[in-house]
Amino acid sequence: MVEYLIFSVLNTLVLGMLLFMLSSGLTLIFSMMGVLNFAHASFYMLGAYFGYQITTVAGFWSALIISPLLVGILGAAVERYGLRTVHKYGHVAELLFTLGLFFIIEEGVNLIWGRNAMPNFIPASLDFPLFTLFNSEFSAFRAFMLLISVAIFIGLYLVLTRTRIGLIIQAALTHPEGVNALGHNVPAVFMMVFGGGSALAGLAGVIGGIFLITEPSMALTLGPIVFVVIVVGGMGSLTGAFVASLLLAGLQTFAVGLEYSLVDLLGIIGVTVNADGILRDIWRIQLSHIGPILPYLFMVLMLMFRPKGLLGKREN
Amino acid sequence: MSALALKLRNVRKNFGSSSIINGLNLDVIKGERQAIIGPNGAGKSTLFNLISGFYQVSGGTIEMNGHNITNLATFRINRSGLSRSFQVTNIFPQMTVFENIRCGLLWSMGYKYSFWHLCNQVRHLNEKAEEILERIRMTQRRDLPAGLLAYAEQRALEIGITIAGDAEVILLDEPTAGMSMSETERAVELIRDVTENKTLLVVEHDMSVVFDLADRISVLVYGEIIATDLPEKIRQNQEVQEAYLGKETL
Amino acid sequence: MKYLIRHLGIWAVAIALCAILPVIFSSDYAISLLSQMGIAIIFSLSYNMILGQGGMLSFGHAVYFGIGGFLAMHGINLIAGGTLPIPLELAPLIGGLGGLIVGILFGWLSTERSGTTFALISLGIGELIAASALLLPGFFGGEEGVSTDRMVENTITPFDFGQQIEVYYLIACWMLLCIVLMYLQTKTPLGRVANAVRDNPERAAFIGYNTRMVRTIQFALASFFSGIAGGLFAINYEIITAEMIGAIPSANVLMMTYIGGIGHFFGPIIGAVLVTFMQLTLSGFTHAWQLYFGLLFVSMILWAPTGLAGIIMNHEPAWKAGLMKKLIPSYTRATLAALVMFLGIMTLIEINYHLSLSIHPKDPMSLFGISFKAQSPAGWIIAIALIAVGFFFFKRGKNEVKNSWMDVHQAIKTGGK
Ligand SMILES: Nc1ncnc2c1ncn2[C@@H]1O[C@H](COP(=O)(O)OP(=O)(O)OP(=O)(O)O)[C@@H](O)[C@H]1O
Ligand SMILES: [Mg+2]
Repeated sequence: MVEYLIFSVLNTLVLGMLLFMLSSGLTLIFSMMGVLNFAHASFYMLGAYFGYQITTVAGFWSALIISPLLVGILGAAVERYGLRTVHKYGHVAELLFTLGLFFIIEEGVNLIWGRNAMPNFIPASLDFPLFTLFNSEFSAFRAFMLLISVAIFIGLYLVLTRTRIGLIIQAALTHPEGVNALGHNVPAVFMMVFGGGSALAGLAGVIGGIFLITEPSMALTLGPIVFVVIVVGGMGSLTGAFVASLLLAGLQTFAVGLEYSLVDLLGIIGVTVNADGILRDIWRIQLSHIGPILPYLFMVLMLMFRPKGLLGKREN
Repeated sequence: MSALALKLRNVRKNFGSSSIINGLNLDVIKGERQAIIGPNGAGKSTLFNLISGFYQVSGGTIEMNGHNITNLATFRINRSGLSRSFQVTNIFPQMTVFENIRCGLLWSMGYKYSFWHLCNQVRHLNEKAEEILERIRMTQRRDLPAGLLAYAEQRALEIGITIAGDAEVILLDEPTAGMSMSETERAVELIRDVTENKTLLVVEHDMSVVFDLADRISVLVYGEIIATDLPEKIRQNQEVQEAYLGKETL
Repeated sequence: MKYLIRHLGIWAVAIALCAILPVIFSSDYAISLLSQMGIAIIFSLSYNMILGQGGMLSFGHAVYFGIGGFLAMHGINLIAGGTLPIPLELAPLIGGLGGLIVGILFGWLSTERSGTTFALISLGIGELIAASALLLPGFFGGEEGVSTDRMVENTITPFDFGQQIEVYYLIACWMLLCIVLMYLQTKTPLGRVANAVRDNPERAAFIGYNTRMVRTIQFALASFFSGIAGGLFAINYEIITAEMIGAIPSANVLMMTYIGGIGHFFGPIIGAVLVTFMQLTLSGFTHAWQLYFGLLFVSMILWAPTGLAGIIMNHEPAWKAGLMKKLIPSYTRATLAALVMFLGIMTLIEINYHLSLSIHPKDPMSLFGISFKAQSPAGWIIAIALIAVGFFFFKRGKNEVKNSWMDVHQAIKTGGK
């Protein structure tokens, strides 16, 4: 049990930090520009594929740097030549544009790399167990993931609090209309935020692609979860995104291990039910199977009863 | 003591830490036309937003015809007989002028959420809409999208929507702001005409309009009503002179 | 009276068209294509009740389609077993009622705010239902889904629905009925007020309307029609799986409605017909059809956000003034250039697909009847040349179109005075 707990906590941290790398960019984009970017997870996927491709040519360490850069440039271009054009047609058009982009990127990946998952190799220099606890190994790669995410977290924090652009971004988070008045070059700031957010997603892709899997449906699998994170965390709040990332990662990690059904649970408190009849399916649902639906349930309830999110500063 | 259409007692409103309306009391008598005047930022629009349920009050009570309407949803307040216009023109810009008016009529004429009537087939609905168009002198503009109207016409249309529901109590927020002299004159005439036998509460900066239209005047300064009286009395009131009118030539 | 005749005229043409089309295009393939179009038309019109009329961007409209489909499926099984005494022709109504009830529930939960909050709730509900589908195998049939045999005893028509053409006529009837009802709905008080709430919810509240109630009813009615479409799907395919409730069909209906145009009643009809046609025909001869579809969608958003219906309606004044012929030459040139460019893009895409997806990439591939090796540089060079040439002429054509368009409008303005 202690072993299960410790490893679950560790895995929660690894997954949670990965989610945060994705959601931090998305939150910034969403709060500043009002665009719910459906293509964000696609940039994550591109990061993974670029990472894979560069790794085969130049090795993992180059991939770790070049791939996010490429994705970032691509993101900036998408903002400059796509989003800015549709901006005048309103938010719905912007949102649909990113949705279309999602489809194009997914198919583009199919086109270039095919429909199968990519072989998944952990860089040799990180392919060893870092420590062993109760007969289970914690791999060095996971530790490395954690390290990178923490570094990014600190870096992001420093950029946002210590630099000029960071202060502008912070101002834009709470008062998007106000920034225009300050006379800053808002379009350029938007492009940088979009590019930067995409680069973060790309970085998450490079390591997430190895940690999870690199395949054409990876964007569709992770995309909705990232939305849940930013909704639960709240508009304009990076701290919220951080908390929500860990929360959701925890939810997913812990729920997987619990093999109980409603009947069993009621059994514990001494109630026996006749698990047949029309509601049979409902009684027999295993908690571990509920895992995948919990995030969405969480998100819907949050939107209905507290649309600001956990730590959000304002409603949209 | 005549019956009160509106009765506000000790109404307060804070936005965060700043207090905009501070324990305001106001009586509006049934059938009168009362004007509210006051300097910019005094809280006149905020007061309208509180009465019409657009904002929640931070304290105090608002009664209409003896019923407590404090913090009711806007549509409930509207259904119980209060209708308002906005300081910034607020119409349905993509619909035609006629559709705007007809939409204003639907609820009060009992069509509510109906999806089993066809608007065009309901004779008395359309007749009533035409009648209101006639009253606000917009028949010629009938089929134009409302967003394309000239500013003064949009204001007139908004008054049309506001009175369409046949509310007893009408709140108009600066109905003549931004209009030329002649437009203002026509607007005042229109307002007088459509509020016949109704209760009117109007916010207005144009003193000639105020003295022309109002039976009584209330002066709102820093979120409080400092005086309510007949127009001549207000003109002479020392306190009012100091607080507000001093700057204006009466 | 004139009004009546003109309007009845359109419906008469529609009925005649539905009756005649399967006679002209009588292959099995064509008839099943037409059947799918009919279903898609209902689905996409119902979606536009929410998006176009009500201003609510939903990412979960397939939920109501799917639930309607599953309910109708179980209903048909009950009809076949004799437990449910209604004829098969009315089975879509089961789906519709299911959609309605679920629509009332979820509609009320999600419509307090419109805008992004609504969009996200619809997305969440969509994912929630799709994910729970696998938890409730009793209703959703697990991985295999639920299937049925539509050839039941109890029918009111002489049809036994053994043939696709019979199913087609059933779909056509339901489709016409649904189109008429949805069209009339736009003319009712609720339909008008839904527009009002879309454009200015604040003002709508001050003419007595509870905006949430308006949205909920509008949403529920849309779900009703969506459920009917789902029921027809059940009859048409005799099988439905949990995939039909998911994010993909939801995004699909959104895209087809948008491509058709959300600002006009008939827009979604065009979108449904076009997109269904593309999906079926393209998927037949290229693996890349989703990519083409995505490209079409994004191009529409970038350059024609009012959709096909919007483009058509933009030309109404020119048409009425008899000035279309002035536009046609420049249009033709621009379209030809665009086609050349597209041909180049398509060649590139197909070459790459052949390289990455086919089992024997070394074998020669064939495109437009020409067969060549994907590895040879010739294909690449030709493709890139096509794109370059097409792009050059397209840019020129675009300016020409702009100029002729301005000329025509000038002519209309001065002609009107
Ligand atoms: N939603 C709000 N949030 C914060 N402050 C507000 C809000 N609405 C109004 N205020 C503040 O309340 C004060 C009163 O505003 P209000 O619009 O009621 O003034 P007014 O008397 O109508 O002025 P005017 O004559 O310019 O229309 C102003 O200082 C304004 O900034
Ligand atoms: Mg004001």
